Amino acid sequence: MAAANPTVFLVMVNGQVESGQFPEFNDLYCKYCFVYGQDWIPTSGLEEGISQITSKSQDIQRSLVWNFPIDITFKSTNPYGWPQIVISVYGPDIFGNDVVRGYGAVHVPFIPGRHKRTIPMFVPESTSKLQKLTSWFMGRRPEYTDPKLVAQGEGREVTRVRSQGFVTLLLNVVTKDMKKLGYDTNTLDMQTSSVIDLSEGILK
Amino acid sequence: MAIRRGPRNLPPIPSTSRTGYAEFSMRERMREKLKAARSKAESALLQEIPSPRPRHFVSLREEEVTEFGEEPSKNVLREPQEEDSQRSTRVRFQDSGRKPKFKPQVPPGFPSAEEAYNFFTFNFDPEPEKDETKDQKKEESNQEVEEGEEEEEEEKPAPEEQAEKMDEEELINEKEADDFLLDLDQTAHDFLAIKAAEYESIHAVKQKEKEILFRPSSHTVPIYKKIPENMQPRYLEDEGLYTGERPIVPQINQNIMENRLLIQEPERKWFGDDGRILALPNPIKQFSTRPPIFSPGEGIEAGLQTLYKKAVNSVPNNQYVVGSGDSLGQFQLDIDISGLIFTHHPCFSREHVLAAKLAQLYDQYLARRQRNQTKFLTDKLNALRNAVHTHSDSTKPRGSGHTAQESMNKYQSEIREEVDWKTDEKAFETEIQAETNELLEEHMEEYEKKMEEYRIEYQKWKAWKKAQRIKKKKKKSKEEQDEGTEESEYDEEPVKPTPPEPVDRSTIEQQVREKASHNRRKPGEPILVPELSLAGSVTPNELCPRAEILRREDVRKRSVFLKVLFNNKEVSRTVSRQIGMDFRVHFGQIFNLQIHNWPESLILQVYETVGYGSSNLLAEVFLPIPETTVFTGRASIEEIEFSSNQHVALDHEGVGSGEPFSFEADGSNKMILMTSGKVSNSVAWAVGENGIPLIPPASQQNVGIRRKVDAIASIGASGLTDMKKLAKWAAESKLDPNDPNNASLMQLITVATSGDTYVPEFFRLEQLQQEFNFVSDEELNRSKRFRLLHLRTLEVPEFRNFKQVPIYDREITEKVFQDYEKRIRERGVIETKDHLDTHRAIVAKYLQQVRESVINRFLIAKHHFLLSDLVIEEDVPNISILGVSLFKLAEQKRPLKPRRKGRKKVPAQNLSDGDIKVLVNVLRAYDIPVRKPTVSKLQQPSRSSRPFSETLVTSPSMQSPAYTVDNVLSQVLVRPFVEVSFQRTVCHTTTAEGPNPSWNEELELPFRAPNSDYSTASMQSVKDDIFINIFDEALYDVLEDDRERGSSIHTRIERHWLGSVRIPFSTLYFQGRIDGTFKIDIPPVLLGYSKERNIINERGFDSVRSLSEGTYITFFMTIEPHLVPGESVREKFDSQEDEKLLQATEKFHVECALKFPKRQCLTTVTNLSGKTVFITRYLKPLNPPQELLDMYPNNPQTTAELVARYVALIPFLPDSVSFTGICDLWSTSDQFLDLLAGDEEEHAVLLCNYFLALGKKAWLVMGSAIPEGPTAYVLTWEQSQYLIWNPCSGRFYGQFDTFCPLKSVGCLISPDNIWFNIQRYDSPMRINFDITKPKLWKSFFSRSLPYPGLSSVQPEELIYQHTDKVAAVELQDRIEKILREKIMEWRPRHMTRWNRYCTSTLRHFLPLLEKNQGKDIEDDHRAELLRQLGDYRFSGFPIHMAFSEVKPLIEAVYSTGVHNIDISNVEFALAVYVHAYPKNVLSVWVYVASLVRNK
Repeated sequence: MAAANPTVFLVMVNGQVESGQFPEFNDLYCKYCFVYGQDWIPTSGLEEGISQITSKSQDIQRSLVWNFPIDITFKSTNPYGWPQIVISVYGPDIFGNDVVRGYGAVHVPFIPGRHKRTIPMFVPESTSKLQKLTSWFMGRRPEYTDPKLVAQGEGREVTRVRSQGFVTLLLNVVTKDMKKLGYDTNTLDMQTSSVIDLSEGILK
Repeated sequence: MAIRRGPRNLPPIPSTSRTGYAEFSMRERMREKLKAARSKAESALLQEIPSPRPRHFVSLREEEVTEFGEEPSKNVLREPQEEDSQRSTRVRFQDSGRKPKFKPQVPPGFPSAEEAYNFFTFNFDPEPEKDETKDQKKEESNQEVEEGEEEEEEEKPAPEEQAEKMDEEELINEKEADDFLLDLDQTAHDFLAIKAAEYESIHAVKQKEKEILFRPSSHTVPIYKKIPENMQPRYLEDEGLYTGERPIVPQINQNIMENRLLIQEPERKWFGDDGRILALPNPIKQFSTRPPIFSPGEGIEAGLQTLYKKAVNSVPNNQYVVGSGDSLGQFQLDIDISGLIFTHHPCFSREHVLAAKLAQLYDQYLARRQRNQTKFLTDKLNALRNAVHTHSDSTKPRGSGHTAQESMNKYQSEIREEVDWKTDEKAFETEIQAETNELLEEHMEEYEKKMEEYRIEYQKWKAWKKAQRIKKKKKKSKEEQDEGTEESEYDEEPVKPTPPEPVDRSTIEQQVREKASHNRRKPGEPILVPELSLAGSVTPNELCPRAEILRREDVRKRSVFLKVLFNNKEVSRTVSRQIGMDFRVHFGQIFNLQIHNWPESLILQVYETVGYGSSNLLAEVFLPIPETTVFTGRASIEEIEFSSNQHVALDHEGVGSGEPFSFEADGSNKMILMTSGKVSNSVAWAVGENGIPLIPPASQQNVGIRRKVDAIASIGASGLTDMKKLAKWAAESKLDPNDPNNASLMQLITVATSGDTYVPEFFRLEQLQQEFNFVSDEELNRSKRFRLLHLRTLEVPEFRNFKQVPIYDREITEKVFQDYEKRIRERGVIETKDHLDTHRAIVAKYLQQVRESVINRFLIAKHHFLLSDLVIEEDVPNISILGVSLFKLAEQKRPLKPRRKGRKKVPAQNLSDGDIKVLVNVLRAYDIPVRKPTVSKLQQPSRSSRPFSETLVTSPSMQSPAYTVDNVLSQVLVRPFVEVSFQRTVCHTTTAEGPNPSWNEELELPFRAPNSDYSTASMQSVKDDIFINIFDEALYDVLEDDRERGSSIHTRIERHWLGSVRIPFSTLYFQGRIDGTFKIDIPPVLLGYSKERNIINERGFDSVRSLSEGTYITFFMTIEPHLVPGESVREKFDSQEDEKLLQATEKFHVECALKFPKRQCLTTVTNLSGKTVFITRYLKPLNPPQELLDMYPNNPQTTAELVARYVALIPFLPDSVSFTGICDLWSTSDQFLDLLAGDEEEHAVLLCNYFLALGKKAWLVMGSAIPEGPTAYVLTWEQSQYLIWNPCSGRFYGQFDTFCPLKSVGCLISPDNIWFNIQRYDSPMRINFDITKPKLWKSFFSRSLPYPGLSSVQPEELIYQHTDKVAAVELQDRIEKILREKIMEWRPRHMTRWNRYCTSTLRHFLPLLEKNQGKDIEDDHRAELLRQLGDYRFSGFPIHMAFSEVKPLIEAVYSTGVHNIDISNVEFALAVYVHAYPKNVLSVWVYVASLVRNK
């Protein structure tokens, strides 16, 4: 690939799934995966990962810290289908069955730099009270057929969800050749807005 | 409240004094008594009614007082004298009645006692109406009462008294009786007063009402009252302001309201300037916006009850139909569109422009010559000259002459014009002279005029000079300015006029001559007649410059078609034709328009398509509607010009349209041309069969519904872009220009018609859209990247999974689009290359199109999600599941008889390449053909020189003792192994030994979905087959040298194909797993092999097949992981069946499903047009081809087999493949035969119908079989036994045949009933097919629901065309050629030699095979082969298939592996035979063989 004449641009994302806030639950682990459009190809790094199980901290914040690293590079020809990171958190219920504790997704920031993202998490709800009871009893809570569904809008209208906790991500983004290809994400005003990250204010 | 009168009401004393004493005394007495009674009653009342009631009492008394006084006063006031007598009578009577019965209270509503009494005792005089005035009494003051009283007493006239007395006397008797009664007992009863019912006359009431009620009159209020004084009413509408439509109020109501308002609100604020009541525009909509609500609980009125009626195709409404009586007004307009010529086109090169110009000039020239214009103009010129002459003679006197002067001027100017035109050459010189003279004359005239002017001016100038000197006022000079031409400014000094120059004849002549030499033919020169020829060679492409080549390519991409719009509705269109290099397009199409409406307009729209983009409208051509005398045949072809104002700029040699270009090198002298052209066409009325012209009667002409309110409805949406039309329509429909609703439209029209403002060339509904457009459409189409992205979003199959669309156009190769473009292009074109047979090509195209549309529907449906698609949720366990799970707790950990556990199903969408595998577990096989006594070279090397094929021969003459020995020695009869091939991946088992081998091996084959698309839709459309081939592995010793035998082994392995089983992947996909024993397809001739027990070979219905009849293989096949097959779209199709029947089917289904949920129960099916049809309608006796019946007229068994074979020869195409699991569509037998493709149901229906026609008892069996899964078979009753026919293979089985593929029976269907199997078992072997037993078979139509006699959907009879034998032979040759090429292709490393001799032998043999249906000829064939190919070792076999496409044939040949032989000197033979059955049903035999010459 000639450097002067790039045909793809690269987006490199690294960072970590820092911590989660699930006041009701303990001993959770999380999975992440990326959802991206057809024009995107991961060139290096792990597309999916599953973290260790972590217990709540004893301090007042009671946060669950994973510090689970993410490191991936994409190449693409089209900003359409910009990668999203999908986080799903699992943990044991009273009977020790692994059940899902939250799904969430966020787009990878397209401004280069360091970003902190706090994702609100949610889980699908049972369709009826009876279902809820049995699912609790059987330890088989409703789950999405595919966690990647939370990154797409289509068909979501048929589900009902309940919010449940937050997960904080730290993402560092580096892009290459975007400007050469005419995608200018680095203008000054964009940068200022990225410095004051709005999502950070959700919890603090 | 009843009204009583006091005693004071009695007549005055004087009158009574005049009566007799007796009378008097009596009266007195009565009075006294009454008084006493009264006082008594009052006191009694006082006592009776204690303190709470005093008010009542008082009021009572008061009323008494008032009342009694009032009446007389009224009477005095109003009544005329003569009524007084009556009144007094009444009064008296009342008095008398009151005396005995004084009753203070009467219950309201009931007649009081006195009233009742009076009613029965008296003859009333008609009550005077004035009595009603009592209402008013209440309002009058007490004082009045007093006065009235006095008056009354005074005025009581004497004459009355007589009458009074008379009455009195009459009454006496009664009174006495009353008195008597009174005397008898004095109860409360006695105090009741009796009086007549109160009644007031209508008039009186009205009178009274008039005083208190106001009733506005309903007369029209004159306008002057309603508007302020001294003002004229203003009519805003007349002034052009929009007023809107007022709500409809009856005039009388308006008048009433106006009157009321005038009185009540004198300020007139309710009235508008036009003197009408102010009103908002009518708010009522034309149509109801709220749907009628019928609450289900309440009884709906009978009149409102909705009734369901099936939609029926009604004949068009009479009012539109031209013919009044017969609804099918067969009127026909023939529009012949022969072609199109562009006189300018954006793709014209400069050369074209010049050529077109030339052609145009030539056309003009021709037209002129045709009209003889030169002559005409010359004549006109002469005539004009004469006129001038006569005129100048006659108009000598100057006095008459202003008009003459004028006309002369006119003539002269005309002459000048004519001269320019004329080309007369004879009088060239004289003409010049004449012209000179004329000019001279003219000039002279002018000179004279000028001289005159000069003189006047000179005078003026002089005067001015004088004035200047005197310093006159400005006024004078202003006048001068008005008159004088030179003096433009009054303060400017006028120039002294110069006398005009005299005319010089010579200069004028010079001028004329010069002009003549320019545009006149020199005298003596020959007359040139130009002729335009189009002969001239076009520069070939390679010699052209690049720009020109580009232009030519562009032209090639362009195509044109015409739409025919009748009454602004598109009725048809021509085919799309490419624009030729000469910009002429030939259509040559005639459209016959069967019309119902009177033709109002006939428009041709010229559309141009560039590449594969959308077509754009170039221009509209309005065709005149022909006169009623113009008939087809007589109409002449006319050329109608059109032009387009489209702007096109092109980047190649084409000059574009609406773009300036020039022929000069420096770019000067620009010209702008617009696309234009001519359509040659003719329109005429058609002539019917019997010579009657199909013209609607002229009287209908004006019936057309012209005036519609909606612009789009009346002129069509396309009309909106046509300003002229729009304006016309607006004028015609009397559109209110002031209505705000029409504001935009009116503005548009005014803008368009005024013409000075910029008029957009389109009419947009959303004007702002343009600003939001990302790029212009052209740019979007031009950019390959955008196009790719666009196609990908549209989910076009080729691009659906396109990854990484390159960022630059230049990186996208044209190749990407090639396939897609090809597909789009060929959508309409029938490609015969792949299909060899046009009919099949058409069918394939048709199916392709049906499939595409269904897939599109499916794609849309795919975007509708259900909860279960997104969320996995456990079902609520019911009791049984809970019970089972409880039971499970007590279960043994390792049961002795473990049960199969269901595998988890995986939804297909999140799979990727390599995830899916096909698992085949090959268990064992039965009765594999064994080698005929063969010579093993290993054992008999000395015999290696003998021809191998010779050893195969079984003729007794060849059975030498040596061979018998061999036979014994060769322990191994056959060494079979199984090879499974799928998607060109091949796996095979180890080699087993013997005719009944057992492998028990699991083979794993990877599966790859097309385009790596693992969505359900894509998986369902996988058409690949899984082939399970059985081979015999044979070892040959190839050791050359016997001496080495001890130390080395040198053998060659050869594999001989024995047979195969073919399982479509779709079956596996839908079934999940396939498990069982299957019959192996073994070629009818297997040289060198025989069945061990093949000796018994009875073919007959009565014999149950022996086990040895076929070769069988047992295997288990599944997909890993378990895929969830797509569910069919839950869609209820509409139906034309009776609602009751549909309900009955529903019920039947539910009942059946309750008992046996797994058994197939089918009552309704979907036909090709997507309608639900009751299944029995498909069954009807249909005639099989006569050809088949004639073959064995005396043998019904063979005929039945033949028919079954014929049906089996129709290619099999599963619906689930073509319609991707959406639904099972049933086609009727004629559709099936036309399409020549269908699945089990169609085959079964056809076979069943044939059997019914042959007079058999036949039923359609719905059940499941292996490997097909749910399927349809045919059951017949033959000679006391049931036979089960597989319609797709043509084979039949006895009911008790263990190898019958039909494994369960769900229901039986006959033409008039359906029976559902309610027996305990469903295996055909274990059930009773006697449908008369209601305990075993539940019938659909029964006594409670009798068969309604449904008409069949099948045709009356099937018509078979004989298939073209020549075409079959042609097809045969082509298949042979293709297969040969393929075999050579498969052997890339070796040379492929063809043995012609052998091929021809085989070719002769194949028809024989077809004739005998591959039976019983093996031996003859073998002998024949042996004789002809003596020294070859031969291995090969015929393959028989139903012909659908070439691809399956190739696959079948490939799967045999004949080409795999890699001996150096191998030769091949390949023969194809196509036998044509009626209706294009083709049976194909392919004989493929390899030959090795023996040394």
